[in-house]
Amino acid sequence: MGFLNSYIYYIGAFGLILIGLYIILVKHNLIKVIVGLGLLDTGVNLFLISVGYITKGTAPIFSRPQIDSEHMVDPVPQALVLTAIVIGVAVLALALSLAVRLYQHYGTLNLRKIREQRW
Amino acid sequence: MRRIVTILLLIIVALGISLSLAKIPFGTPKTKVGKYYINEGIEETGAVNIVTSVVVNYRGFDTLGEVTVLFIAAIGLGAVLTASVRGETRKIQPASLVLYTGCRFLFPLILTFGTYIFIHGHLTPGGGFQGGAIIASGFLLIYLGCRERRISRVASNLAESLGGLVFVIIGLLGLVFGSYFLLNFLPKGTANTLFSAGIIPIIYIAIGFKVGSELASIIDNLIEES
Repeated sequence: MGFLNSYIYYIGAFGLILIGLYIILVKHNLIKVIVGLGLLDTGVNLFLISVGYITKGTAPIFSRPQIDSEHMVDPVPQALVLTAIVIGVAVLALALSLAVRLYQHYGTLNLRKIREQRW
Repeated sequence: MRRIVTILLLIIVALGISLSLAKIPFGTPKTKVGKYYINEGIEETGAVNIVTSVVVNYRGFDTLGEVTVLFIAAIGLGAVLTASVRGETRKIQPASLVLYTGCRFLFPLILTFGTYIFIHGHLTPGGGFQGGAIIASGFLLIYLGCRERRISRVASNLAESLGGLVFVIIGLLGLVFGSYFLLNFLPKGTANTLFSAGIIPIIYIAIGFKVGSELASIIDNLIEES
C-alpha cells in the first residue's frame, strides 16, 4: 500500500497519457483521435503538477503574513501548467476546425477512408 | 494486428517510464529555484501569489510566447474555417424563454466574476488566463442561450490587439526606464493590497482581455461553421 500511496498520482497521470496514446494510434475516427489528444494533454498537466507537489503542502500564496513558507508546493510547474491548459484548449479548437474542414472535403471522418492520409 | 503492436509498444513505453519514475520520489521538494521564488518572491516582485509572480515577472517573456501561440492558434482556426464559402444562414430555432432569460441574467455576473479573477491575479488564485477563460465561457452561454446574438468581430479584434499591444509596450517601457525587457519599473507598494506589485496587474489585465477575446472569437468561428 505504501507504494500505491506514494505513486498513485504518477500512475494516474501516466495512465491517462498511455490511454491517450492508445486512442491516437488505434482509433480511426478523427474526433476520437482528438479526444485522445485531449486526454494526453491532461495527463501531462497532471504529471507536472504532481511532480511539484509537496506532502501536506499548501498553495504558494501568502494570503496571510504568518503563513509558513516551508510547506508550500513548487510554484514553477504550476506556472507552466497554467499556460499549458489554455494552449491545450486552443490546440484542441484548431484540431477540431481541421476536422470540420476534412469532413466537408471528404464526407467522412474515418481516417482509413481519407485517401491521401494512409493511417 | 495493429492493435497488438500498439499495445506492445505502449507496454514498452510504460516499462521505460516506470523505471525512470521510480527514481523520482513523490512529495518532496525538488527544485531550488522554486524555493528561491517562494522565499524572495514577495520582496522582489510585490505579488503575494507566487505563481503569478513566476508567470508574469520571472518568466514574463515565456508568457509573451505562450500568448503568441494562443494568438496563432486562433488566427489559424479563423483562416481554416472562414476559407469555406459561407452558405446562407440556417434558420435558427430560438431558445425557450427560461433559457433566454437565464442567460441574459447570468451573463453580466459571469463577466464580473471573470474581471474579478484577472484583476486580483496577484492576490488570489487566478489571473489573466483563468479570467479570460471565464469571460469566454460567458460568451459561450450567450451563444447557446440567445442564439441570434453575435459578438462584434471588430470589438473582439480590438480587445485582442489592445491586450497584446499593452503587454509589449509595458515590456518595452522596462527597456526605457531600466535595463531589460519587462522590468518591473512601477512602485511595488505594500504587499497584499490591490494596488501593488507594479506592472503585474496591468499585464494580467491585458492578458485577460486578450485570452477572453481570443477564446470568444474561437467559439464564434466554431459556431458560425456548425
